[in-house]
Amino acid sequence: MEPILFTLFGAIAVGGALLVVTRKNPMSAALSLIMSLFAVAALFVLRQAHFLAAIQVIVYAGAVVVLFIFVIMLINVPENRLPIEKPTVYRLLGVVAAGLLMIEGGLASRNFSAPATAVGEVGSVEAVGHALFTDYLFAFEVTSVLLLAAVVGATVLAKKKI
Amino acid sequence: MIAIPFDSSQVMQGIASIAPEAILVCTAITVLMADLFLAEDGKWLLCWLSLAGVLAALGEVYLLGSSRIVGFSGMITSDGFGMFFSTVVLSACALVLLMATGWSERAGTQKGEFYSLILMSTTGMLIMAKGTDLMTIFLGLETLSIPIYVLVGFQRSRMTAIEGALKYFLLGAFGAAFMLYGMALIYAATGTTKIPVLVYMSVGGGMAGSSLFLAGMGLLLVGFAFKVSLFPFHMWTPDAYEGAPTLVTAFMSAAVKAAAFAALVRVAMLLFPGVSPAIGPVLWVLAVLTMTVGNISALGQNNVKRILAYSSIAHAGYIMVGLVAGDLLGSQAALFYLLVYAFMNIGAFGVLMLISQKEDDGYDIHNLRGIGFKYPVLGALLTLFLVSLAGIPPTGGFIGKFYLFSAAVKNGYIWLAILGVLNSAASIYYYLRIVVYMYFMTPEGEVVTPHTPPFGYALALCACAAVVLVLGMIPGAVLTMAEQSVLSLLM
Repeated sequence: MEPILFTLFGAIAVGGALLVVTRKNPMSAALSLIMSLFAVAALFVLRQAHFLAAIQVIVYAGAVVVLFIFVIMLINVPENRLPIEKPTVYRLLGVVAAGLLMIEGGLASRNFSAPATAVGEVGSVEAVGHALFTDYLFAFEVTSVLLLAAVVGATVLAKKKI
Repeated sequence: MIAIPFDSSQVMQGIASIAPEAILVCTAITVLMADLFLAEDGKWLLCWLSLAGVLAALGEVYLLGSSRIVGFSGMITSDGFGMFFSTVVLSACALVLLMATGWSERAGTQKGEFYSLILMSTTGMLIMAKGTDLMTIFLGLETLSIPIYVLVGFQRSRMTAIEGALKYFLLGAFGAAFMLYGMALIYAATGTTKIPVLVYMSVGGGMAGSSLFLAGMGLLLVGFAFKVSLFPFHMWTPDAYEGAPTLVTAFMSAAVKAAAFAALVRVAMLLFPGVSPAIGPVLWVLAVLTMTVGNISALGQNNVKRILAYSSIAHAGYIMVGLVAGDLLGSQAALFYLLVYAFMNIGAFGVLMLISQKEDDGYDIHNLRGIGFKYPVLGALLTLFLVSLAGIPPTGGFIGKFYLFSAAVKNGYIWLAILGVLNSAASIYYYLRIVVYMYFMTPEGEVVTPHTPPFGYALALCACAAVVLVLGMIPGAVLTMAEQSVLSLLM
């Protein structure tokens, strides 16, 4: 069962990623990105990394892409005024670099076999929560100070009258 | 269900290790709250409240002393090294707040948000200086930086403020990303972010063969270079310094630099020896280029704030000389220099703030014409701070440079020391140019009338001058303190 699901979601992830770079309309590109990210989340679930899967959906598919979509809607370029993309040297170089990266990834992946310990032992919500509130408690708390500073700072810069 | 063991002694130890930070955060929140309930003419209270918080934190630092307290499973350690830098950062913060009493109304910074941002930034600096885990250092850096980005752009109506804040924010974000990337690579190579474990793994060149680890260290260095404005990552410095309200410029130049260097010295003393053949020449070149570019760019400037901004780049280069030397003496000299630098720079900005009538044009060097003889105290104070920045005896700046360069010579970096001294000589030109304008240039019209400093302000200036002079004549005690703190790091 697992190999079938892996192939299925892997294909969706790669297909979504290809759609992101080939769609002309930015909105459909962004939506394809969501599809790809969801499929990656499903791959994480297959590897028992439930926490990572949830974060993938919440942060990437949720927050990050929603921001993309906000920006696209704010700028709101009509379809007929989208810039015409021409093949340039940089584009060609980009394709070559991406191809090299793919080959490199393929070569590197031959060195890995199935991990000795199940990922579930470190990737589950429970294990991450335990680490967060014991070893990394301090980092967790400092982040709250950081967020407070960011909120105060954003208010200072954006409010009409302070 | 995994049970989380509760060990009350460990909890208490953790709280003790971050007590000064906790005091600062509580004060910051109190100031924000008090701001809501205070009427417009009662806002002066906020500044004194913040100052009280900073002094309480400083007291707590001394109560904790230099004993080693490891908190939160090794994320943060309160030790002699942390104590030294906590002292530098908190004194810089206290001086700036002391200047802000009775001054903030004029600068438009009499706001609860202003003070709470300063306090939260100071918290980040302490965390960065005491962090013994790469993750803590990064979080400290961000907690330090985000309030500073906002403070730079605090006077939103000025174009230079917005420009400076935006540049600083964008480049700072890049710097943070570089640093994080470096940490991720180091984690990938070693499987840990804890500095003591990294030291154990890298000692004797154990990790020198790992290209992941080397790349990680390099990117980490780039992240630090952004924060302490080393060449070629210094581009934001003049704009951010010029755009920020001068109070904030003084705070940034002294405290941010000290905190960033604190973490850098910790990493450099502990982790660089393991990769020294690779990273040593890089540090050498960075130090020389930073000094030279900073000094040469300062020569042609007419805005005094920009001159001091470029001079701060050059000073980062001098301090790097201590890190290149890489031994106890070098780090000790760097620590001493950072302390003196905080006081002399805050002092110089403090005097300039009184003389200048407004931001931007007010800091043109021509405004200083004739100040020297008409206002002898201000003239003498500014001259003292500039002489110290130039490194002329009998000031703290001279002693600092002397130890930095002699550490370089002692470790065989003769050329580095020679280039440093040459640079230092070149810098005398633009420092003394300011002095010449004050004393020997006839004003074109009226001599500008400086503001009369309020009591707290005058006190802060006197404190700066006293520290610069005392450290120039009897530096022994502070040098020993710096030595002790570096030793506590190596323990």
